[in-house]
Parts: sequence; C-alpha cells; structure tokens
Amino acid sequence: MVADIALSPFITNPENLEEEMMMKTMSRKGLFALAMSLGLIAGCSSTGETMEEGQAGAAGAESGEQSGSTVYGGGAEDGISSSAMSESGRQQAEAAARQAEQQAMREITTFYFDFDTSEIKPEAREVLIAHAMFLKANPGRNVRLEGHADERGTKEYNLALGDRRASAVERFLIVNGASRGQIETISYGEEKPAVMGSNESAWAQNRRVELVFE
Amino acid sequence: MGQHRQISIIRFAQAILLLAVMLATQVARAELLIRITEGADSAVPVAVVPFATSGTMPPGNNISRIVRDDLTMSGEFRPLQPDKMLSLPATGADVHFRDWRMLGQRFVLVGQAERQGDRITAQYELFDVNQERRILGETASASVNSVRSLAHHISDKVYEAITGVPGAFSTRLAYVTLQQVGGEPQYRLQVSDVDGKRARIRLESREPILSPSWSPDGKKLAYVSFETGKPAIFIHELASGERTLLAEFRGLNSAPAWSPDGRSMLLTLSRDGNAEVYRMDLATRELTRLTNHWAIDTEGTWDPDGEGIYFTSDRSGGPQIYHKQGPRSEAERITFDGRYNARPRADSEGKYIYYVHQRDGGFHIARQNLDTGEQSTLTRTGADESPSLSPNGRMLIYATRENGRSVLTVISADGGAAYSLPAAEGDVRDPAWSPILR
Repeated sequence: MVADIALSPFITNPENLEEEMMMKTMSRKGLFALAMSLGLIAGCSSTGETMEEGQAGAAGAESGEQSGSTVYGGGAEDGISSSAMSESGRQQAEAAARQAEQQAMREITTFYFDFDTSEIKPEAREVLIAHAMFLKANPGRNVRLEGHADERGTKEYNLALGDRRASAVERFLIVNGASRGQIETISYGEEKPAVMGSNESAWAQNRRVELVFE
Repeated sequence: MGQHRQISIIRFAQAILLLAVMLATQVARAELLIRITEGADSAVPVAVVPFATSGTMPPGNNISRIVRDDLTMSGEFRPLQPDKMLSLPATGADVHFRDWRMLGQRFVLVGQAERQGDRITAQYELFDVNQERRILGETASASVNSVRSLAHHISDKVYEAITGVPGAFSTRLAYVTLQQVGGEPQYRLQVSDVDGKRARIRLESREPILSPSWSPDGKKLAYVSFETGKPAIFIHELASGERTLLAEFRGLNSAPAWSPDGRSMLLTLSRDGNAEVYRMDLATRELTRLTNHWAIDTEGTWDPDGEGIYFTSDRSGGPQIYHKQGPRSEAERITFDGRYNARPRADSEGKYIYYVHQRDGGFHIARQNLDTGEQSTLTRTGADESPSLSPNGRMLIYATRENGRSVLTVISADGGAAYSLPAAEGDVRDPAWSPILR
C-alpha cells in the first residue's frame, strides 16, 4: 500500500497506534475500491476482502517506482485488466484513487524532527507534497505552521529552533506549489508540549511542526 | 550528591501552614516558598541578636529574623540560633566580646526597633568580635508597611561591611509562574523580593510569557508575550503598569536584553528569514542587524561595557557561545567544551560568562573564566535553564526541575550554597535578577 509505505516510518510511537490503524484502514479501503475498479477483484476473488498484506505491498512498491500520474497503472501489465473498461473510466478511477490517497495522506498534520535539527524527514515529504498540492488547488485556504521543540536546552534557543522547523516546512510547501500568502508560521519553542514527561518518547513527540488549517 | 542540610525546615513548615490559611487570596497563591538546602562549609559565623522593640510591630515581620535569613540565604554566613546565645544585648554597650568569642562568632549584630506612628526606626551596630571593634552603626527608618525593606537594607549594610561587596538583599526577582487553572494554562509574570516574599503579579495570560529582562534602572521589564496569539516584545513600566509594544515582526520576536546604558535593546527576530540578533534603538526604534548567518543566532546579551555582545549560534552544528564586537566584526567562538552551550550571561566585571552547558545528557549551569578559558560546571541538577546573576555578581539564580515541576534555585556564583524557591503550586521559571535598586 502506497500510503502505508509513505506514512508508517514517522508514526512510530505506540501512542499513535490508533491513528496508524485508522490510516491503514483508510488506505486499505481506498486500495480495495481501486482494485475493484481495475477489475483486480476477479483475480483476487478467492481472497476477496482479506487481501494479503504482501499483495498490497507489492502493488504499492510497483507504483512507488513510477511517477505520481500513473499510480497503479501496473495492474494492466499483470494481465488482470478488464476489457470492459473505457479509457475515460480508467482515468476517472485513477483521479479518484489519487484523490482518496492524497486525502488520506492529508490526515497527517504533525511532522516530527530529530533533536536540535530542522531537517524534514524523507518519509514526511510525500505527505507534505499532498498538503502543498491541496493548498495550490485551494488558494482560498490558509495554513498555520506551529513549530515546537522538546523541553531540553534553553527556552530562547528552542523558540528559534521551532521557528526554523516551521520555516523549513513553509519553504517545502512553497517549493511544491503553495503560495507564501497562504502560510503563516509561529514558534512556541518548548512552551506547548504535545505530551508531558521527561523521557525520549515524550521528547520525540514534542519536536514537531503542526499544520493547522484555518 | 552532597549533603543537603535542611536549615530551616521549621520555617518551611510554617510557610506551608500560613499558605494553607491564606490560600484563598491571590497573593498567597502567588508567593514562592523558600527552602534553604545547603550551607557552605566556609560560611562565616555571625550572631544576629534579636532586636529590642518598643511599640507594636507589624506581625510576621521580625527584623532580626529577616536579617538572619538573608545572611543564611547568601550561603556566605552561618548565623547563630538565638537560643544558643548567652545574652541578648540591644546596644554596643552591652556586648561582651568574650561571650561571643566563646561561641565561636566572628561578628555580632545588635539593634533595636521603635515604632512612632506609621514609621519604624531601627538602630543597629555591627561588631568584629576578634578586633573588639564596631564596624557599622546606623539608624534607618521605613513605613510600617515596608519593614521587610528595612530589614533587607540592614542585611545589605551588614553584608557590605563584612565582605566589602554591596549586598543584593534589597533587589528583586522577576519570574514567570505557570499553573493549570480549570484545565487551562495560566502564565503570570511576577516580581518579588529575592526571598520570594512580597510577590506581585504584573501580567496574567493564557498564552506564554517568556524572557523577562530588567531595565538598568530597575523600573521597567521587557519580555515576550504571546497574548495576541503571536510572540511580541513589550516594555512594562512597573510603577504605572503602562505597557509599550516594542516588536511584533513576522516570525520570531524573542530574547530581549536591555543595554547597560538603557538606550537600546537586543532582540532576536526572524523577519529576514531566520533567527538573527538585532539592536533596537529605543528612542528611534531603528534596528541594526548584529548577526548575519544562515544558522540560528539568538540569546544576545551585552558585554558589561555595552559595546560587544555574546550570543548563541549553531553555526558549528550545535549551539555554542560567540562574541562579537560590532555588526561588522567577526564572531569569535567562546565555548568549545561539549556539544551544547547556550544562553550566556556576562558578569559586570567581564571576568566570567555563565551559560547552560550539556554534559552526560544533563543540562547544567557552567561558567567560563574569560581570561583563562577555564570552564567549571556549577550545578548538579540536570535540567537547568535561564541563569541570571545577582547585580553584585555573588549569586546566581536559575530554573531547574524538581519532582516534575520547575523551581527556581539560587547558588553562589562559584557553585556553593543554595536555596530553592518553588511555587506554592505549579511551575516557576524564567528568573531575572534585578539591578541594584535606588
């Protein structure tokens, strides 16, 4: 599953398990609908809804190697295509699938950072691109980027760190199509932790940028 | 960990009782507790004899006891408990040096306080026991409502007569408390005596308040407040409560630091892309950018001469302290030991800088001798922040964590004796020690 591959690496905290499960459910539903529209269901009739993780993974991996506009096109090459399907229907299905996938990705609005860095993690890029594309498609929508740091170190430096994290996300969104006027950044430093506590797990969840759509 | 001597555990218990009684009032909730945790072994033995009094004294403000507590707090003195005294002289004529020598005392303070109408007048004398000589004698008075000020004044005089350095007991602390009220955070900017007493709330907000900085005349505070939903820097005149919005640029507005001459302010702004240190002329509001680097530059603080600045930058990969003489001069790196050194504060003689230093995973307050480069770690607590020096350079206050709460701790500037100022409830942090107030 594309969404799973893209998302799971930065939802690593057990506290986020629920969210992760939700994401999996959503992307599975999306994939199932997609499989149906592509006629995959016939080939999978014996397994039906209990499609194996491995199969989903294979489909995702294949699509991951291709450009965004041809997601899941590989299904036809597998020889399981449906002859009854018209070209426009296929395109519609693709667009719908893409939209569902992007929407699922945009459910994720919190992005985590390593200690004392403001580098966007590779696994966050795809989701941020989805947010950027949404902003590009909806020029009337605005987003506030709230930068945070964990409690370690000094307050003022952490304010600057939160600012730099928010700015890094801002730049990324702009590069990927959002306009500067849609984005506002604010740093709270270590003032508004997501999780209380003085341990690695709490710190990891507090070093973050949150996207707040207005 | 060293021994922790609970010198005033009884007073601590009394403070709690008092607080329980007064909990309903705002002032009691605002006041900090005090816990003296450690006395230096080298502390000077001094006898503060209970003052003779005439007339009704305001309750809870025993002058000689406040002086005794002040001297204990400094960590440099070990006052004798009154119940161990062989006599209780009120004037120099009644001081028998042999008695005090026998008790191992180096100095004896005697005095008397008299009430006339709404004023209290204290006469006091300090004696050097070995030299059998009076080294201080003064009459001072204050209104009935200011007995604590009178007592702190006497402490300052005694401290100076013995150490040669002005006392800092009459100075004040600014700090921020944070507690949850009805599930919402309540930030309060407060100003109190250095023993946490006479706390007054100056600003209350649901949004963060940070980084108070005193004007050199002690009449104003600058700070960061998020009250508008964004960080902004305000100047707050303490007497009138009048506030001025100083900076509200796009992005960061943080880390205000008043210049020694009071005419300008260092600020960290990210309006030009990323965090840089600027100087704002307070009369014209004109900004001069002092740093220029893609890395984080923040936490600017002045040289004692008000010319150059120290600041934190992560241009080497992690936060380190740098010095810069002017906008166009090269930044010179000052700290090299460890991967995290930040939030510098220079002493008034330019001999030391104090800062937050990470070692073995913990954050401590460290100081570096600017002549020799020698660094020493001053604190044993592990989540230490916001060091601020007393104006006489002898003590340092910082914020640390204790049982999951943020508390203020005072140590001597070389890392010795300590007392703590926990809030009655919630957190207390971001301390700033005032200049000497006149």
